[in-house]
Amino acid sequence: MDTQKAVIEVKGLNKWYGEFHVLKNIDLEVRRGERIVICGPSGSGKSTLIRCMNRLERHQEGAIFVDGTELTGNLKGIEKIRREVGMVFQNFNLFPHMTVLENLTLAPIWVRKMPRREAESTAMHYLDRVRISEQALKYPGQLSGGQQQRVAIARALCMSPDILLFDEPTSALDPEMIKEVLDVMVELAEERMTMVCVTHEMGFARTVADRIIFMDSGQIVEQNSPEEFFSNPQYDRTKLFLSQILQH
Amino acid sequence: MSTPIKAFIPDPPSPPPAAAIGVVHWLRENLFSNWFNSLLTIASLLLLAKAVPPLVSWALVNAVLTGGPELCDGTSGACWSFIGAKARVMLIGTYPAELEWRPLAAGVLFAGVVAATVSGRCKKRVLTAAWPLLFVAALWLIGGGAGLEPVDQSMWGGLMLSLGLAAVGILLSVPFGILLALGRQSKMTGISSLCVGFIELIRGVPLITILFMASVMMPLFLPINLQINNLLRVQVGIILFSSAYIAEVVRGGLQAIPRGQIDAAKALGLSSWMVTLFVVLPQALRHVLPSLIGRCIALFKDTSLVIIVGLLDFLGMAKAASQDQVWLGHEVEGYVFCAVVYWVICFGMSRYGRSLEKRGPKHNN
Repeated sequence: MDTQKAVIEVKGLNKWYGEFHVLKNIDLEVRRGERIVICGPSGSGKSTLIRCMNRLERHQEGAIFVDGTELTGNLKGIEKIRREVGMVFQNFNLFPHMTVLENLTLAPIWVRKMPRREAESTAMHYLDRVRISEQALKYPGQLSGGQQQRVAIARALCMSPDILLFDEPTSALDPEMIKEVLDVMVELAEERMTMVCVTHEMGFARTVADRIIFMDSGQIVEQNSPEEFFSNPQYDRTKLFLSQILQH
Repeated sequence: MSTPIKAFIPDPPSPPPAAAIGVVHWLRENLFSNWFNSLLTIASLLLLAKAVPPLVSWALVNAVLTGGPELCDGTSGACWSFIGAKARVMLIGTYPAELEWRPLAAGVLFAGVVAATVSGRCKKRVLTAAWPLLFVAALWLIGGGAGLEPVDQSMWGGLMLSLGLAAVGILLSVPFGILLALGRQSKMTGISSLCVGFIELIRGVPLITILFMASVMMPLFLPINLQINNLLRVQVGIILFSSAYIAEVVRGGLQAIPRGQIDAAKALGLSSWMVTLFVVLPQALRHVLPSLIGRCIALFKDTSLVIIVGLLDFLGMAKAASQDQVWLGHEVEGYVFCAVVYWVICFGMSRYGRSLEKRGPKHNN
């Protein structure tokens, strides 16, 4: 595996919501197999940044390349990229009118044109991996938040993506359920899945991240390895942020 | 010295306090909970005491159930034998008597497909095929052609006509309404403004006007050799009218779908039509099912307006029947009969709607 090649390349990215400048001149490279954690205060643009990476948000300036393809207005191109980039959301966003199994097989069957049997066995395999296969025939509304988020991770994995994006995957969970989701994410990280995670879980960042990116006011303030980032922050803003979230 | 750790054992659940029971308690709770409710209860009881006995004596005690018109003369009760004598015309209009097995057969088929749909045991695929087939079969049986003696459309009438207009209307205006709602949401301005224009135009006009336009004015604009059947024009008018309202109902449902659902579906690589078909529409329709059923009930009742363009539906036939010289003066019985039949069908639709709402997943989150 070529670990030097960038799978995601963000160059001079700028984005505005109306007059509001959300992302300012972002440059970022993610190499294959790299695990990146993006943190920062709310409103710093971190969610917007990863939502740009599969074009759930469109940018106005700069360029984003995923697997060498630039994200543009070309719909077919975007759909092709999205197949290879999985995403897990803060609010799970499972489809409530479908069973867990149907949630997992929808895209493989209709997007990958996989035969139903095969899609179901793949789905069961990933449900097993997130330790929830006994819930396959239930509806999302019957599961706890932690279980729903694990289903959402399995749903993303069923498309065998090259890259997984996590948008605050544990922020909507009860404290006792955070661990079951983080455990699954740690396992994925240990298998060297390329991951970009927006999260406030600093324990997770410390143990599995290759690089931590700190954002504020739509900019990347600094990025560093976890050891350096926690022990030797370069900016006062980073120091303040760390002191706020690590104090208790 | 640390104290040894203790095991936490939750208390066993206990039953809720026993609710006060008994007739007296129920009465007090539901009918006499305060002075205003007591007043309303007493007023309602007085009203019922006034209204119910005369109604019972008219409809049941003094009613004439069988026999000819002469038996009804001078009676103070209802003349139900009028309904018996006129049932045929109220059900199938002036359809030729020797061919009446044909609408009957169509009715049996219709009842069969309705029963299969309501039972919920048939596969969706079977039902989607059954309904269009039913319409073709019913049209052939009633209208004739292809081996059956043709029966002119002017002889179709009664409940058969009402049900036909309503069933075809519902089955076509729901999909058409959904398309309009989706079109209204479209990002292509041409399509969306066309849909908005159509919806607002139709909603700004009473159904009667549309029926008049379809029945009276359209033939004036069309060339002589291109005469479209009156019934068809009225049917199209009903579908257009109903679909504009259904479009607005469905739009409400589309707007209720959280953004995250669409994001998640797109993030999986689904194309926009797949997102709509598999994720947005099923949820949107479920949200608006009560109002959708309401629209269908309204459409069924609205079919009685076709009388103004000269089509004699169920209600029209009841009115026409009461003008028969032999049976003069029994309009009320005819209308009561119509009301009961309308109510039974509408209540049935309403119950079916409720059962649909209960099917499928429960939303706990």
